[in-house]
Amino acid sequence: MTAFLVVLVIILFGVAIWQMGKIFQLSKTETSSNSEVATDKDNNVNGWLMLMFTIFIYLLLIICFWKWGDVLLPESASEHGSEIDSLMYISMALIFVVGFFTLWLLGYFSFKYRGKQGTRATFFADNDKLEFIWTIIPVIVLAGLIIYGLFTWTDIMNVDTDDDPMIVELYAYQFDWRARYAGEDNTLGEANVRLIEGVNQLGVDASDPNAQDDVVTNELHLPTGRKILFKMRSQDVLHSAYMPHFRAQMNCVPGMITQFAFTPTVTTEEMRMNDEVVAKVRKINKIRQENSKALVAKGDEPLEPYEFDYMLLCNKICGSNHYNMQMKIVVHTPEEYEAWMKEQTTLAEALKQ
Amino acid sequence: MSAHALDHATDHHEDDHGHHHKETFVTKYIFSQDHKMISKQYLITGLFMGIIGIAMSILFRLQLAWPDVEFTIYEVLLGKWGEGGVMDPNVYLALVTIHGTIMVFFVLTAGLSGTFSNLLIPLQIGARDMASGFLNMISYWLFFISSVIMVLSLFVEAGPASAGWTIYPPLSALPQAIPGSGTGMTLWLVSMAIFIASSLLGSLNYIVTVLNLRTKGMSMTRLPLTIWAFFITAVIGVVSFPVLFSAALMLIMDRSFGTSFFLSDIYIAGEVLHNQGGSPVLFEHLFWFLGHPEVYIVILPAMGMVSEIMATNARKPIFGYRAMVASILAIAFLSTIVWGHHMFISGMNPFLGSVFTFTTLLIAIPSAVKSFNWITTIWRGNLQMNPAMLFSIGFVSTFITGGLTGIILGDSALDINVHDTYFVVAHFHLVMGISALYGLFAGVYHWFPKMFQGRMLNKNLGYVHFWVTVIGAYGVFFPMHFIGMAGLPRRYYTNTAFPYFDDLTDVNVVITIFAIITAAAQLVFLYNFISSMFYGKRGSKNPWNATTLEWTAEMKHIHGNWDGPIPHVYRWSYDYSKLNKDETDYVIPGQDFVPQHIPLQDNEEELNH
Repeated sequence: MTAFLVVLVIILFGVAIWQMGKIFQLSKTETSSNSEVATDKDNNVNGWLMLMFTIFIYLLLIICFWKWGDVLLPESASEHGSEIDSLMYISMALIFVVGFFTLWLLGYFSFKYRGKQGTRATFFADNDKLEFIWTIIPVIVLAGLIIYGLFTWTDIMNVDTDDDPMIVELYAYQFDWRARYAGEDNTLGEANVRLIEGVNQLGVDASDPNAQDDVVTNELHLPTGRKILFKMRSQDVLHSAYMPHFRAQMNCVPGMITQFAFTPTVTTEEMRMNDEVVAKVRKINKIRQENSKALVAKGDEPLEPYEFDYMLLCNKICGSNHYNMQMKIVVHTPEEYEAWMKEQTTLAEALKQ
Repeated sequence: MSAHALDHATDHHEDDHGHHHKETFVTKYIFSQDHKMISKQYLITGLFMGIIGIAMSILFRLQLAWPDVEFTIYEVLLGKWGEGGVMDPNVYLALVTIHGTIMVFFVLTAGLSGTFSNLLIPLQIGARDMASGFLNMISYWLFFISSVIMVLSLFVEAGPASAGWTIYPPLSALPQAIPGSGTGMTLWLVSMAIFIASSLLGSLNYIVTVLNLRTKGMSMTRLPLTIWAFFITAVIGVVSFPVLFSAALMLIMDRSFGTSFFLSDIYIAGEVLHNQGGSPVLFEHLFWFLGHPEVYIVILPAMGMVSEIMATNARKPIFGYRAMVASILAIAFLSTIVWGHHMFISGMNPFLGSVFTFTTLLIAIPSAVKSFNWITTIWRGNLQMNPAMLFSIGFVSTFITGGLTGIILGDSALDINVHDTYFVVAHFHLVMGISALYGLFAGVYHWFPKMFQGRMLNKNLGYVHFWVTVIGAYGVFFPMHFIGMAGLPRRYYTNTAFPYFDDLTDVNVVITIFAIITAAAQLVFLYNFISSMFYGKRGSKNPWNATTLEWTAEMKHIHGNWDGPIPHVYRWSYDYSKLNKDETDYVIPGQDFVPQHIPLQDNEEELNH
């Protein structure tokens, strides 16, 4: 592969030099003083190319969708996520319409009005009516988008305590995550980095009564149908808790507790049955099998087949292992969740051991 | 100031050769106070930094496309961080960081605005030089020193700064967190502090020059849009760069003197730090108070030059001159109150997020007006497809495609899920990176004769450069939207840690191949630039038949620009294809443009624009 690339670059470079030399010599033989100014022939050729370029952009879009349309995220696994998705569809539709027409006008005008000697350009310096129209239309459209967007945003970010959300702490450090459940009392014990010691990795205040029933885990398990209020903390540098399938993200800031809330709606099991996910997993496993063949040929272990799981990623540059700072998320039915929770040891027990 | 200009004028009358100073090699080429030479110094330094920045991007693109392949080139270029052809994760982050820093500040701020503000402000407003040639010289040399320090920082033992170009603390403050936050980060901060000083000196000079040194008749409403853009850019720079300076200063204090502006409650490398009470979010506010206007500092000069080049090559006046000026002003104003859209999920109050969503989406309005006006400018024109014109059309194209996705990112609710993914990378590269680069190229092709005493760039090489670049740039950044929408975070050394992203590998390969092709096309430009500098064909004095004053100045570079008196101005700069009152012929028969210094003709209607 390396050799191939090096050869490719050398060939491209060679072709460029050769072409340059040729063109350079050609240009030398001309005598007119303005030989480097576009002629009618240049205008014609480049006008046509502009038209083809516009078509190239459309084709690129179609090819991207056709080839890679299936890499996009599957349907949202959280309640507010579907609101975000519909706002996204509307915005995208708008972008495609506006982009399609403006790029077409740009390309077509470049082609249609390509210069010809003797043609007279129209002296058209301003037109208040036109300018008013294309100021007011964006104003109206954007006003709609802004209002829709702000309602969605406020809905997502303002957590109503009447919903009785379940409190879970997400704790970030270089380069891993921990989750701390508030336990029976649904109240997290106080914590500070100054209390970090031994097994008390999160610096929880062991004397705080609220802390006794807290549960610390290295996988995030969530029930469907209940609002989860995440309290984010970081121990060292900025991290960002990114849960793409739930359309959720919030930075973890040292010295500060940030929060984000959502209600999971689709269990891991259900998501694995989702058509899009099934197709995606199949495609990924095909790729992994191909790669495994190469690995086995080299005498390495083959890759394990992939099974879909929700994931929490770090999405704020945080150091050398930033690319691998992840935690598995499992969404259960409420009953399964309760059963899982029962098996966990509370902080009080863990500290005693 | 004007007296000073007049002095020069009389000087030149007395002295036939136009050289009343004794010019040595040092005063002419190194410590020059002549704005034309300084602009060339800026351009060449900027291009040199650009080569480094683009080369870095190719290195990390190789890593992203083929994370498992060993490339000897890593070992050759990165030394101990590429041993055995495997790139070190820390150096990957360093490459990303320095690529961003160099491209944003050194290429697109200094290389673009520094070059063309210096070249065009005096020439287009009819001034002998900048208000202070000496400050101008200092400004360049500070920029040079800061470039040298930035390049030197690549060679320190623990590696250069690697906390991302936004250098968010605590990562950038703690060497324990990442090796690049040691000496590398110190040098980065020193380099940027000097850069800011350079930028401020430059900007103040541009502002004073535009306000005070305009020739007779050159009212503000007759200024070419280039000058409006440079002027407003300088104003934004003066308003926002000092804030970055304060942020850098506080970060230096936190790093070296134990203060806690940005640090609090940190446990790292097995110990608790003493810092208490600071907030990284404060740094984000300060950084983006510059950081966001910065993208307009980058794009406004490109917009101004594109407007000018489009009108000249369309042989039509720019459509809606006043709207164009108004939108520059609107963008400049709004640019200072939208910084929070980089921080929707930083942990700041969600209500602030709502406010910033509102102001951010407002920017779409002046941007839309500008785009429509450019499209209308080419409507029913007589388009001269010079390379500069092609790059200008390319600029509008990427400005539209890149700008539209801003509607998604500016919307706080939608930003939640695409924040810091490749969607963002695709968006800002198209709308400010590629667009501004197209503006830079357009400017170089158009004003090369003004820089190099009438020599012109080879147009055929220009066409090759343009077409490969536009196809390649879309090839790089279009697919990037898809991997961003798939949830792939940026600044990941490799995506192999997540099997979920395995199906994105081939997209990354396509992107990298396009990136290599596009970078190779820049070699064509480089060759063209260097060879035309020495052997380029000389065109006529006004090769593009433009109306602005710079084309009336002497082709040969003389101190003071005009051998005789400075021309006076009688009209705006866009009288292309204007017809006489009877509509029988152009105002000047047989010539489709009326330069600014030509008085109103008998058979001409005076228009107010």
